[in-house]
This record gives sequence, C-alpha cells and structure tokens, in this order.
Amino acid sequence: MPRYFTEEHEWIDVEGDSATIGITDYAQEQLGDIVFVETPQTGTELAKGAEAAVVESVKAASDVYAPISGTVTEGNAALDDDPELVNSSPEDEGWFFRLTVSDASELEGLMDEAAYKTFCEGLD
Amino acid sequence: MVKGPGLRALPHCAGNLSMSDNDDFEDQPPEKLPLDSWHRNHGARMVPFAGYEMPIQYEGIKAEHDWTRSHASLFDVSHMGQLAVSGDNAAHELEKILPTAVANLPEGQMRYSLLLTEAGGIIDDLIVTNTGPHFALVVNGACKWDDIAHLREHLDDDVTLTHFDDFALLALQGPEAADVLEALVPGTADLSFMRAGLFQWNGQHVWVSRAGYTGEDGFEISIHQSHAAALADALVADERVKPAGLGARDSLRLEAGLPLYGHDLTLDTDPVSAGLGFALAKSRRQDGGYIGHAPSMARLEDGGTASRRVGLALEGRLPAREGAKVYSGEALVGTVTSGGFSPTLGHSVAMAFVETERAEPGTQLTIDVRGKRLPARVVPLPFVPHKYVRKGAS
Repeated sequence: MPRYFTEEHEWIDVEGDSATIGITDYAQEQLGDIVFVETPQTGTELAKGAEAAVVESVKAASDVYAPISGTVTEGNAALDDDPELVNSSPEDEGWFFRLTVSDASELEGLMDEAAYKTFCEGLD
Repeated sequence: MVKGPGLRALPHCAGNLSMSDNDDFEDQPPEKLPLDSWHRNHGARMVPFAGYEMPIQYEGIKAEHDWTRSHASLFDVSHMGQLAVSGDNAAHELEKILPTAVANLPEGQMRYSLLLTEAGGIIDDLIVTNTGPHFALVVNGACKWDDIAHLREHLDDDVTLTHFDDFALLALQGPEAADVLEALVPGTADLSFMRAGLFQWNGQHVWVSRAGYTGEDGFEISIHQSHAAALADALVADERVKPAGLGARDSLRLEAGLPLYGHDLTLDTDPVSAGLGFALAKSRRQDGGYIGHAPSMARLEDGGTASRRVGLALEGRLPAREGAKVYSGEALVGTVTSGGFSPTLGHSVAMAFVETERAEPGTQLTIDVRGKRLPARVVPLPFVPHKYVRKGAS
C-alpha cells in the first residue's frame, strides 16, 4: 500500500480508490499536545486544498487541508474521546479521515517517505 | 476562520504562543536571553516572544503543566523588565503614577499594581516591592520599553530610574518549590506570599520573592546574568525540578485566573471591569493624586462598569480562544480574551469580558467557535484554587 506525503505534513495511504489521511509525526511534534480534533462529516465533498479538519493543540488551532479531492467516507471517531492519539500514534491510530479518491492524478508529484524525510530535514 | 497557524505555515508559525505578543518586535530580529544556550541544551523549542527568543516548551506543555502542579518547575522570565526607582522622594513620586500605597509599603513587601492612563485605561500590570534601598518594579517584557518611557515622563528628576537589564529572573513554581529552594538558599522558606528579601547563593546576592504567575506556591529569583546558568543548573539538579516553558506558564496562569497583559488587559480595559479593584489601594481612593484616579473612582462608585472580566467553564475539550464571541441566547454579550484547554480540569476554560448583567456566577452563556455554540457557564475565578503560602497560615 503506497503512502504519500505532502509539504503540509499530511500522509495519505491509498488502497484502491480509498485514501486514509492523517498528519505526520513531524507535524504532531511541532503542534505539541493535541486537545481536540474536528474531523469532516461523512459525505462531505472536499476539493484539493480545502479546509478538511481542525486540530487544536494546547497552543493554537490549525487547519488541516484536503491533500487530494474526494468524498469523505469516515472521520476517526476515536479522536473524539482520545485526541492524544494524534500525538502517540500520528501515522497509525491517530488518522483523521478517509475519502474516496476522485482524481488519482492528484497523487502524482506527492512525496514518498524518503523524499518527505529529506524535506523535513531541510526545515530544521 | 481559524485562529492560529495553519499546518501550511507550520515550520514558521507552530509554537507561537500568541502572534500578537511579538507584533511590536517584528522589524527586529529577536534578542537572546542570558540562558539562551542553557534552554537549547535542555531541549527547548525556542520561539520569538516579546522581542526575545524564548523557550515555549521542553518535553511538552501538558507534561510541564502537570509537573508544576505536582512538583516544581523552573521558568526563565528574564524577558520581564526589572526596574528600580530610588531617591529620597521615590515613594512619593511613585504614588503619582501607581494606585498603590507605596509610602507605607513595609520593607520586604510586594504589591500588585498598575500603570494607568489619564482615562484609567491599563498601560501595564506590575509588581512593586519595597526592597529597602529602592522600590523595585517588575513589568511585562512586551511592555517594558513603553513603561520606561511612561515612568521617565512622569517621575521627577530627583529620583533615579534604573533598568537592571543585566539581571536574569528565574521563577521556581510548584508545591515542592519551597523545599527545593530552602536547601539551596537557606532562609527563603521563611518568606510568605508577596514577601521578598536579599539572600546569598554560592557567594552571590540573589533577590528572592515569594510570588509567581501559576497559582502555585513559588518564588521568583533575580540574579546577575553571569550566574544565572549556574543557578538554573543547581535547581534542575534537584530531581523535583524540571524546566518549563511559556506554554505551560500560559495554561497555568489561565487556570489561576490571572490576567495576561495584551490579551485580558489592554489600554481599553480598566481596573474595575477587569476585576482588579483590589489594586486601587483603599487608603488612596479618597485623596488620589495618581494618574487615572478620577475615572477609576467613578467606575467604582457608579456600581461598576458595563462589562466585567469573568471566568467561563466549557463542557468539552474544544478550546474557545481569544476573540471568540460570547452570547446570551442570540444576544452578543461579550468576547473571550484568553482561553484554552485546562490540563488540570480536563475541559476548556476561558476568560472573557461580558456585560455586567451576565457576569453573575452560574449564568449560562454560549461561545461561538467556528459556527458552533459551545455552552459556557460563568464561574468564579480562579478556575483552579491558588496554593499561596500566606503569612500566619500553617
């Protein structure tokens, strides 16, 4: 299952026409303690770059943007009671939402894990 | 729509405790504090704040917050302005500016005070201490240059204003702070809340005040910058002490109901609506003689002001932050001035200015956060009880 990364510090797992989206370990580390996550409603149609979710840390609220276009099939209900999952398991249990991929070509040009790692090293 | 940094701007913005606190300083690169390399060596994430690079966190805001409430944390607050007014007329001159009874403030005692405009607006809040040789003022870092200008303008030439910009200020806060400091600086445990004195540590003079900004028992220690890192090392060598950053300082002071200048207090707020009437000394209400006296008395005597600073307890974890609007039914009745998740209480809390008719504890209001109306109940401040060690208390 290929995993893609964006410069906005999101990861995307693609399985068939379904994509699971979350924020990276680098992102959660930068945000600090997460206290609340607002995930998109099922059925929401998101255009690439649209505001999809809001993550509230102790410090501030931050937007999470849809890295690709699609229709939301599920928000991660576990984050309602346990938003700390984004800190403890950002790239697994702390996923944000799933959507159906409406345009697979939008995945072209996204980074793979090695490229993303290099990208983050360039930020510090 | 959403306050704060988006992930898009993450590498630059994440970590800004509050962008506005650095607005005045954006043209200049932030300065370094005496403990800059100490913070970096202890894993701090540094952010620009009040014109300085400051540690916002080390291991994490929530962990540091909880450690402060249960053990003791070391905060570097050297960005604050440490000023002194000296001269035969110092007390009299300060009474022209501060609403505090400075002239009868006993040596070694401290008072919370305010700098006011002629209209009674708040220029800054501060602590004034009678140290014996002079009156010390500790003012907010982001305001200190304006404060110095204000003091210079209004103090007579026969008193001297000194800025101790070569002194660091370390805050040791938490229930174990007194035991920790007594072991290093004997005698400090005998101070009670809002008392201060000169002590010796390692052959150095240290000025120690039993005060702070967390609601916990604790101390602020002024020491020459050349010895600040050694004192910080000695403090964290005690396993009960960990360093804590600005992030925890902000969530701790919010829980303690303590206002933050530039957010809860501004030129547009006044001591009465801000709930700081206690800073207007009773013995000076009649005769006044300080800047802002008349409008302050008018607000006190008219039975209050149109709005009041209140505490709001939210039900859930979603924070309501500065700028969020407060409603009673469909009527807009106020604005949040600071707010966030309370690690101690497990839900969000906020301070807001609301219409006085809606300021009674128990009043049910709502706060608009991104189009959602979050239920919020007016509660007395502080949200988390203060743990100050007062004189005479056992």
